[in-house]
Amino acid sequence: MTATTSTTPAADGITEDEATAGTTWENLVTTALLGTDRRAPRGGAGREAPVALLDAAALETVRRRAGLRPAPAAQRPEPAAGDPRPALPPAAARRLTLLLADRPGTGGGRRGTSPDLTELLPQWLAAANARGFAAPPHALPALLDAARARTDLRPAALAFAGPRALWLARLNADWRFALRAAPSGGSALPDLDDADEVRRLWEEGLFAERVALLSTLRARRPSDARELLTATWATERAEDRLMFLDSLRAALSAEDEPLLEQALADRSRNVRATAAELLSALPGSALAARMAVRAEACVAIDHTQDTPTIAVEAPPECDAAMEKDGVVARPPAGRGERSWWLGQLVEAAPLGIWPRRLGGRSPEEIVALPVADGWQGELHAAWCRAAVRQRDPRWSRALLGAPSTPEAGGPGAVSLAERAKLLGTLTAEERAEWVAGFIAAHGLSEAFQLLGVCGLPWAPPLGRAVVDALNIARDAGSYPWSFSGVMGLAERCLDPTEAARLEGLLAIPDEHEDASPGAGGYWSEAFQRLVTTLRLRATMATELTPTGDAAPYGA
Amino acid sequence: MTQQGVRWTADQVLALAPDALSRKAGSKLGTAGPWSEAGCSQEGAVWGLCKGSGSKPYQTVVDIAGAPGPAYKCSCPSRKFPCKHALGLLLLWAEGDGAVPAAGGAPDWAGQWLAGRRQRAQEKRAADAGSPASGSADPEAARRRAERRAERVTAGATELEQRLADLLRGGLASAERAGYGLWEETAARMVDAQAPGLAARVRELGAIPGSGPGWPVRLLEECALLHLLDQGWLRRDRLPDALSATVRSRVGLPTAADGPPVRDRWLVLAQYDTADTKLTTRRIWLYGADSDRTCLLLSYGAGGRAPELALPVGLALEAEVSVHPGAGQPRASLGERIGPAAPAAIRPPGVTTSQAAARYGDALRDDPWLDAVPVTLGRVVPVPDGGSWQLADAEGDTALPLSPAARNRPGLWRLVALSGGAPVTVFGECGHRGFTPLTAWPEGTGEAVALC
Repeated sequence: MTATTSTTPAADGITEDEATAGTTWENLVTTALLGTDRRAPRGGAGREAPVALLDAAALETVRRRAGLRPAPAAQRPEPAAGDPRPALPPAAARRLTLLLADRPGTGGGRRGTSPDLTELLPQWLAAANARGFAAPPHALPALLDAARARTDLRPAALAFAGPRALWLARLNADWRFALRAAPSGGSALPDLDDADEVRRLWEEGLFAERVALLSTLRARRPSDARELLTATWATERAEDRLMFLDSLRAALSAEDEPLLEQALADRSRNVRATAAELLSALPGSALAARMAVRAEACVAIDHTQDTPTIAVEAPPECDAAMEKDGVVARPPAGRGERSWWLGQLVEAAPLGIWPRRLGGRSPEEIVALPVADGWQGELHAAWCRAAVRQRDPRWSRALLGAPSTPEAGGPGAVSLAERAKLLGTLTAEERAEWVAGFIAAHGLSEAFQLLGVCGLPWAPPLGRAVVDALNIARDAGSYPWSFSGVMGLAERCLDPTEAARLEGLLAIPDEHEDASPGAGGYWSEAFQRLVTTLRLRATMATELTPTGDAAPYGA
Repeated sequence: MTQQGVRWTADQVLALAPDALSRKAGSKLGTAGPWSEAGCSQEGAVWGLCKGSGSKPYQTVVDIAGAPGPAYKCSCPSRKFPCKHALGLLLLWAEGDGAVPAAGGAPDWAGQWLAGRRQRAQEKRAADAGSPASGSADPEAARRRAERRAERVTAGATELEQRLADLLRGGLASAERAGYGLWEETAARMVDAQAPGLAARVRELGAIPGSGPGWPVRLLEECALLHLLDQGWLRRDRLPDALSATVRSRVGLPTAADGPPVRDRWLVLAQYDTADTKLTTRRIWLYGADSDRTCLLLSYGAGGRAPELALPVGLALEAEVSVHPGAGQPRASLGERIGPAAPAAIRPPGVTTSQAAARYGDALRDDPWLDAVPVTLGRVVPVPDGGSWQLADAEGDTALPLSPAARNRPGLWRLVALSGGAPVTVFGECGHRGFTPLTAWPEGTGEAVALC
């Protein structure tokens, strides 16, 4: 604030009247600093010098304060862009405040009967975004703080936070990440129809801006993005070429082949490898055809045996042409060269060649064939990678096999990690059914990874399988924390309508002789927590149901 | 009034929590899971059974219509007050989704306690009405006690004057070297002299030399105002009555709220706590919709307890309030509450930044020791100003800088986010250190947003 007339900045933004009071006050301060023994104050006749000084200072202090005036206004920020989305229903707005107030790392871990609210925030955000609500403005700082602390929350939190959060992030360095991470780079991107602007940003923009531009363009008009990239390809730095090439992964099509073929001759090995990988995901590409020829040469049916058997003859060398097509010549430590090359050839070859090559058999029949000389693991693993890369559900199904086979639960030809990836190529329904079957046959101890790829909320058969398996685990007398991972997943993924089915599990069971001491009580606690969380999730969903009278925020 | 009408929001319930840990624990219990037999009554009581780790559930009752604040009873062993069960129960009730249904009567275990409270309140009202001067059995003895205390304060003030004179004789530059001990000892002498107001000011002097650039100016200001207060006390007989009362309260002599009770619909403008190791002080600002006055309720909590009085921001309650003596003193005491706190559309009228500054200047006439006055600014925009912020009039070119205390609070960003560059209404404290925003309202009809 300023005092009566104009302006000499002093402490705390106070400014004062230079002409009269200023000199008096400065005199008083100087005298006070030095002490009246060294410098006598003016006036104050008849009183001791320090008292006269304090009298004068008191008068001046009150005078200065009473004369305070507002300061001139500084440059105002541009107002935030309006948010046309409807406001949250009041109950949902309060729920959001509660969820945001519950910070991770402050609780006592996975014990007790009450839900872990931080685990529910991602789900709440997804639901709010799906229904198209706007975030309440006063909740934006907490929302940005939460997104700053948890990168997994960022996309959903920033989408929900909307344009005002980006406006806010420009004013606070702590939230700069929001400007970088904003979908489509915030407001920095030009209109994609404005070809000149797009080209200008592509040629002059910062790396992050260019990546954002390319991926946004790729999502809307894949061919325009490719043209942009082709135009400047030769002048880009190697690490930039790698990033840009990676953007083609989205909406990959046969039309990308020429550019990818060109990249196969790139100076950088990483660029070459990425180009080869992308080409092999295009079963109709020339590279895929070349790889097919090489792979077919290595795998054949051996009819000399009693039953038809697959015979494998790994490639004798890795020639220059193979290397040019992305085959990595040097194996990692501990692996044989020839099996390493074979794996790469089979992985990159189109899966469609195998029925023709192996006697017109279906994928299921091919997977069931015995493989000679211990090559089965290598061959099946390569087919798994090919099925995932080419997103081929028929081969995935064949390689997964029946969930109830004994091998599915233990160390088989296909590892659990590979199974999880294969499941990713199936429909949500099929995935849930397979995992449900797996859990019914093998229990929960191996199921965690597989549950992670299942859709939300869990389909009824999968939910039932998990609850039944938990029930069996409890009856077996172990402690619930051996299953805390699955329990946590269940809290997040089980359909809230399943809560009623869990009622029977809440009571503390009688303790068996061979049960771990007190386990029954802990299980009851864990199930209570599960039920409470499911109820809370149901309430959250209800709260987010629009009431119809909501008004948009902002202008 | 219907039961639905008085349900609080989760924020308002969480404002009752004595600390962050209870807040967190309480919000976890605010779900239907562990609760059974929960219910609430028309008279403003909420009860429920909460399953803990033991076999017997905890019995939790809250009387939200209690005076001066909600009252709690819980069979859990927690020494926090309110405990997490009471907070969880209130959160569940605040949600209003049928988990705490309205019931005709409370179960026995809750009803007995509630009935006891109601009866004691009635007896107290009857007793108050019967003998207004109860308590001061011997007016002569009380007068002698007051005289003895005044003598001790006079001795303290005289000694303090001597110390201030010594300080200025040697120069403030030496105060930086003398360090904190000098002031601590002097503050202790003022406590002995039964002048807590002087003691608190002396303690603040001790912190100034370490407070950054410009400290000599601030130290001289505070020394001068302390000197003014000493002199006011020593000459209190010659001061006008109102100023004399202000001096007495600034020195720290207890005053009773003796103003006539003002009955009004009081909007809760702000509630915030300041704490030192021994004492938590809670300040609650109220605005009377009909009387157009703003007053301050103070409540204390010793030994880590939350102060008893808790009023959720944004609610309004019909009640009687009496002001304390002294010209322009905002301090008041809450008297009888006629109804429970309920959401209300009341908003205090706003002024411009110039009017706010003028209001502070005027208020210094009655109380030169005043640091800030409560003001509602209408249509202001938060504007970044170098490393700090200011509130600028939406129409006009003037602005109030934010106080140093306000710059580092998370509430600042809630205010900025709420505004988004557009005008808002802001209630806060305006004084020589700048403006401290405490509550804001968006344009239109949005709810109050607490900033502290």
